[in-house]
Amino acid sequence: MSGELLRAEGIGKRFGGFVALEGITVSFEAGQLTSIIGPNGAGKSTFFNILSGALSPSSGTLHFKGCELNGLPQHRFVHRGISRSYQITNIFPDLTVHENVRVAAQALSVRYDVWRNRARLAELGARADTALHAVGLLDRRGELAKFLAHGQQRALEIAIALVSEPELLLLDEPTAGMGPEETKDMVALLERLADRRTILLVEHKMKMVLGLSRRILVLHHGRLLADGAPDEIRSNPEVRRVYLGQSEGYG
Amino acid sequence: MTAQSNRAAATKSVFGALDRFGDQRVLLSIAILIALPWLLPSQALAVNVLIYGVVVMGYNLLFGYTGLLSFGQAAFFGCGAYVTGIAIGRYGMPWFAAVASAVVVSTILAAVIGVISTRTRGIYFSMVTLALAQLVYYVALQASSFTGGENGLRGFTVDRISLFGLQINFLDPLNKYYVLMVFAAAALWFQSRILNSPFGAVIEAIRENEQRARACGYDVERSKLLVFMLSGSISALGGCMLALHLSIVPLDILHYQTSGMIVMMVLLGGARSFFGPFVGAAAFLILEDVISLWTPHWQIFVGAIFILFVLFLPKGIWGTLLETLPIARPRR
Repeated sequence: MSGELLRAEGIGKRFGGFVALEGITVSFEAGQLTSIIGPNGAGKSTFFNILSGALSPSSGTLHFKGCELNGLPQHRFVHRGISRSYQITNIFPDLTVHENVRVAAQALSVRYDVWRNRARLAELGARADTALHAVGLLDRRGELAKFLAHGQQRALEIAIALVSEPELLLLDEPTAGMGPEETKDMVALLERLADRRTILLVEHKMKMVLGLSRRILVLHHGRLLADGAPDEIRSNPEVRRVYLGQSEGYG
Repeated sequence: MTAQSNRAAATKSVFGALDRFGDQRVLLSIAILIALPWLLPSQALAVNVLIYGVVVMGYNLLFGYTGLLSFGQAAFFGCGAYVTGIAIGRYGMPWFAAVASAVVVSTILAAVIGVISTRTRGIYFSMVTLALAQLVYYVALQASSFTGGENGLRGFTVDRISLFGLQINFLDPLNKYYVLMVFAAAALWFQSRILNSPFGAVIEAIRENEQRARACGYDVERSKLLVFMLSGSISALGGCMLALHLSIVPLDILHYQTSGMIVMMVLLGGARSFFGPFVGAAAFLILEDVISLWTPHWQIFVGAIFILFVLFLPKGIWGTLLETLPIARPRR
């Protein structure tokens, strides 16, 4: 797999007088795991929200597989092949684990059907189980999602994002709030996923990012500070100054 | 002991089945409604439970299952009743055609109110629905040549109903009850169908997490509009039943107090439970009946009881019953 999947050109975002992002131009190849790092407030989440359609950019254009995405409503992004998880756990708490994923799978095909029996849409249920199996939650499928442990809820979120078979998977700090054991599981999961998918990862844990990524982007004050392979980033003096130095003990 | 446990098991399965997914909840609900005139102290009360049960059930789709707190459901209840009465009285339509057109007109009204209100969220949604429903109230008040204004709509009486060549005396209370029950049964079946459908899963997802539902690929606004219309059409059917039952349509039916009463009924019975709306309607109407016997200020007491429910039984009578009974019921 190769070739350009997503291209951002001159992406900028301002909230009133505050410039959150400015002039981000970057393109992503298919089949890579790319990480975005940067200190708090660097614009990572804003950039993610733009890539997933939750925010529209104040300037610049997004192209996905050659098509422009600007102006597309958020719910259409999944249909184009871009799916995301959230930094703060974002699931359907009072639905079962299985239904969480099944309803996400359903969004691609059946949205306004008030007539058929949903239990008959067996293919969706099977796809949900496949996604649950991929994140190791198949044995919890009948439980209410709110009763899962934190790490499992994070994994469920990834299953929700995964079930749409996205060509680009956006993961916003999948290990946020996790202990070391859970983090280890999540890293193993990400490694498995990275084999077959194009993933964009926002993450704070430096060791994890350096180990997982093929490429790292560094944002700082809303601008792209550096872009390169993990080794280049590690030895980049600018990056060391603004970011790595202060968080060496991080993870 | 075995008899007792058998009995417990039977109750269990009845209550469980009544709320479980599948068609048996429709059949069991209908069975209870068939027995209702003998379960309640009066047949007049049973008819009212039937009618308000349907209205509240439609509202439950919006409030209980989708999580949208509307204060304007009276608009569709009233619209269904008024259009039924006008169609029969003014245009001489047969009753079934009047009911059909009333449901269609009310669904269109729900589309109009829904397009405006579903753009807003939370308290704003509640306020917009309240305001628009009051608008409908004032239109009905002002258009008195059509609606009878303050006096309500009169001059249409359905005394006979012919069903497949069968002449039924509609003035007989029991006949009336069972004819209207056919509508209620249809509404129960339709509601169950919606809840079982893929769209039923969508509205639950929206209730659980709107942002996530959108990120999953659902057009949340459009889905809300659709459920708003479905909800309005079912409540409108209750309005049609009321018009056929009373042969008059009181203007009060459109007032926001009616909307408030619908909210109270659904909370008393148990939002998000299939049969809860009928239980809530029965509880409210019985309370009203009993308390108004010894004081004209019955609303104070009903209000106090309602507050106790919200504080201590937030799942309502039926919802709590389903939860308290040790039913091994698979929550989807």
